[in-house]
Amino acid sequence: MRAFRIAAWLLVASTHAWAQPPATDIPLAERRSGYEQMKRETRAMQDDDTSNPATFWVLEGESAWKRKTGAANRACSECHGDAAVSMKGVAARYPAHDAKSGRVINLEQRINACRIERQQAKPLAYESRELLALTTYVARQSRGLPIAVAPDQKTRPHLDAGRATYHRKIGQIDLSCAQCHDQHAGRHLAGNPIPQAHPTGYPIYRLEWQGVGSLQRRLRNCMSGLRAEPYEYGSQELVDLEYYLMWRARGMQVETPAVRP
Amino acid sequence: MSNALVTVPKTAKKGEIIEIRTLVSHNMETGYRRTERGVPIPRDIVRTFSCTYNGVEIFSAELRPAISANPYISFYTVATETGMIAFHWKGDNGFSVSSSAHITVT
Repeated sequence: MRAFRIAAWLLVASTHAWAQPPATDIPLAERRSGYEQMKRETRAMQDDDTSNPATFWVLEGESAWKRKTGAANRACSECHGDAAVSMKGVAARYPAHDAKSGRVINLEQRINACRIERQQAKPLAYESRELLALTTYVARQSRGLPIAVAPDQKTRPHLDAGRATYHRKIGQIDLSCAQCHDQHAGRHLAGNPIPQAHPTGYPIYRLEWQGVGSLQRRLRNCMSGLRAEPYEYGSQELVDLEYYLMWRARGMQVETPAVRP
Repeated sequence: MSNALVTVPKTAKKGEIIEIRTLVSHNMETGYRRTERGVPIPRDIVRTFSCTYNGVEIFSAELRPAISANPYISFYTVATETGMIAFHWKGDNGFSVSSSAHITVT
């Protein structure tokens, strides 16, 4: 009887945990973009497009957007027109459900799917200059808009998978994302402030990289830092984690292309 | 597509101190790094930057391997006359980029 009671309690507790975010989650009103923890000089870099080196990627993306490519000899702009209109708000709702594959895909995968299906071109490699440029250009069109990832019945499993990854201890260091970015955000790790890890400005220009990189590159960085084997670029685990992080940052403003130390 | 971004005020009063900001797209490969296989990566950097105001050089700089990628250079000058402010970057492997901006001085 006692065992049954404990089991019943555990069941209640676990369904409760399922429905409610864990108690360690940062309250919505207390979320802060990593921008606010940056030095004045780094913030100034981001604030002015002419001092933000990511502008070069945006300009390259704009050229790529208008360039005919693939066997179909078709440019992005021929279907989508002016990106300032057609791509406005798109990055704010990605990763998103893809009806064809039946799973959640991120912006890079969306761009590559379009290349394969519509342009009959080869997909661009992850972290290649052209894919980063196109992604940055598309995401730039959502700057200032609130992140609007809204899970539904179809995408809920991806959100839960991402959340599980976020809370899973990994690597020889044996830490989860949540332990640093929820429980110790604002404190310091090796002299650097720990951000709350809201992916508001990706792809970002990271000073450490001396270039633009994707959210997945950043996630893999963290995993290497924990001495864990990072998931592969484009793996569903990383896409689900991206999805969870964007949901966690829902309502926050898109800053793309952001500058980060 | 542009490889350089320059910010110069479109108009200024004669004698006014104006800020000029420049950014150029370049990897600034130091020459001190190696590939994963241990092969040294040759140096490839921007070597010089110069700025001319109606043909007269008003600012120049020598760049070194320690300068980060996509070098940002900002400086001040006095607006003396209406005309063209031109910028020129030169570097390893024949790297050469130019840009210019017009300024109206009243």
